[in-house]
Amino acid sequence: MSSVVQAQGIGRRFGRRWAVARLDLVVGANERLLVIGPNGCGKTTLLRILSTLSVPDQGTLTLFEGKSNPRENLALMAHEPGVYEDLSATDNLRVIAQLASKSTTSIPDILESVGLEDRSEPVSTYSAGMRRRLALAVLLLQQPKLALLDEPFAQMDPAGIAQVSTSILELPGAVIIASHQVQHAAPLCTRAILMDEGQIRWQGPASKAEAAWRALHVERGEL
Amino acid sequence: MNTMLQILQKDLFIEWRARSRTISLISFAYTILLLFSFAVGPNAVAMRQHAAAYLWLSILLSSTLLLDRSMRIEIEAGALHTLLLAPVSKAGLFYGKALANTFQLMVLAGISIPLIYVICDATLVESAGWLILTAILGTAGLAAPGTLYSAMTARMTGKQLLLPLLLFPLVVPVIVAAVKATTLAMLGDPMDQIGAWLTLLICFDLVYWSLCGVLFGRVIEA
Amino acid sequence: MLGLGLLVWAHYAGLVHEETSEFMMGDVGRILYAHVPTAWNGLLTYLVAFIAAVGALATSKKGWDALVEASVEVGVLLNVLLLIQGSLWAKPTWGVWWDWDPRLTTSAIMVVAFGVVLALRQSIQEPGRRLTISSVATIVAFINVPIVYMSVKWWRTLHQDFSTPETVDATLKLPLRVAAFGMLFIGIFFVVARWRIAMRRLSREMDAPELPDAPKPLTVEA
Repeated sequence: MSSVVQAQGIGRRFGRRWAVARLDLVVGANERLLVIGPNGCGKTTLLRILSTLSVPDQGTLTLFEGKSNPRENLALMAHEPGVYEDLSATDNLRVIAQLASKSTTSIPDILESVGLEDRSEPVSTYSAGMRRRLALAVLLLQQPKLALLDEPFAQMDPAGIAQVSTSILELPGAVIIASHQVQHAAPLCTRAILMDEGQIRWQGPASKAEAAWRALHVERGEL
Repeated sequence: MNTMLQILQKDLFIEWRARSRTISLISFAYTILLLFSFAVGPNAVAMRQHAAAYLWLSILLSSTLLLDRSMRIEIEAGALHTLLLAPVSKAGLFYGKALANTFQLMVLAGISIPLIYVICDATLVESAGWLILTAILGTAGLAAPGTLYSAMTARMTGKQLLLPLLLFPLVVPVIVAAVKATTLAMLGDPMDQIGAWLTLLICFDLVYWSLCGVLFGRVIEA
Repeated sequence: MLGLGLLVWAHYAGLVHEETSEFMMGDVGRILYAHVPTAWNGLLTYLVAFIAAVGALATSKKGWDALVEASVEVGVLLNVLLLIQGSLWAKPTWGVWWDWDPRLTTSAIMVVAFGVVLALRQSIQEPGRRLTISSVATIVAFINVPIVYMSVKWWRTLHQDFSTPETVDATLKLPLRVAAFGMLFIGIFFVVARWRIAMRRLSREMDAPELPDAPKPLTVEA
């Protein structure tokens, strides 16, 4: 099986603190990986490194086995929607599709699947949940071989969570989800890792992620 | 090349969608022009002589607002990351944005010049062609380093101060040459000097449109 | 020490031993021994900063980055000294503190252009970003120096010819040269001292701290 991510001993630090350290990770071409861990454990930093927006200070990272420009094949759904505030959802997707050389014909379908059809006002008027939906729409537009999703369920209502879950299941390639909401994210994934203070503390099947999460809290005396 | 045109089109499209802000920018430029006139006083001769200086200073002061906004739209909702991962070419991104900024500054100049004619009682002695050429070369000279510097300061605290601090010393040659050339175009050029000033503007534009294009890629990834 | 010694000796030789009648400009002209070496070494320091900035961008090594910081700072210091000396000389000679001469104006603009590099370095916390952005600003500011100079020269000119040993009376040559070398050594001393300080700080920031220990695996009951 070919791999999309091969990371060996990668680390990234901010000042004197290692946000991610000693991290080894291999993700297969169609694998769905869940990354869980408490606030500030390095999930977002890890996704930024994997997206190539951040460069690791240590270790080696190979994406898509070094065969192509990784940026052509991956997409990141970050905390910000990654769009222009002054344009509507449709206009944003059209502009991004043009710049990323993607087809614009799927835009109405994508907007419908995230529940943002009939929204012609600029993004600056959108609520937090709608912005997350738009962020997912941008990712769906790119149909990446590696999708990186940072907290896709944050600020979502139950209907939104259901729509997002369906959309994630329809993604074509490998998917890496960083989320606190284990109960929503775990069913979408096959494998899980638990990060704590920048390092991997546990890995196993996604079905056991919730148990691992609880074990960490017990160890810290929070439960 | 393709990317450049797409970015240009996109920036102008966003400006069009947010045109209420464009109107406030034009009002700002107009206000500065009027303030210069008040500061100098009702002296028709002085006003005519300094008309070009008012024009370019008002463009320069307004340009810091315009340049800052052109980079803020990329950053405020994370669009820049989407573009970088799309991936668009960084040279295309720079030249597209620099062209969009040049175009908007030219529109600003085009709107300010009629006001200058009215309040400063300037008369069109020489050809309007020289005036237009000066406006193009001058605004291009502000836009190239301005686009680079707005990318450098966009995420910094105190950028309102840092952007003009970086830009103003750098564009002294542009202001000197553009003011001289505009004065000659407006009030007549008996000594035939306008060519030298336009040459200086062309040299500045060539140096900074190429240099900033090279450096922009590093800045935007940092 | 050697630099200070040479400088003292040159000033002694220049100021005390030479015939006062050699000076067209009287006693105030003797500031030449301080002024001209300051100008030469100031420019040289900026050149070092430019080379260091290119090196820093190419390699991302902290040694180059520290050299940018050190040489820009010493360059701005010499530049400020230069302007003060120039004003002190200009008041009795030209009758004014300030004049719009190309070199004078260029050095005034350089103080701001390079001074803002120091401000930039202060306001960026992340070492990698600081290296990139301050290097870019240094490169752009340095390339602008000849353009500013040319533009102001065309704009207006009134100054002595460049002081090189050829334009100076023969009896002044030796002390002037010695003073220049004295200043050079002092400049090098300052840059090296400042580089050491910058290196110490950058090492604290940029050298990787120890990796945290590998954690013990979490036990999860089945």
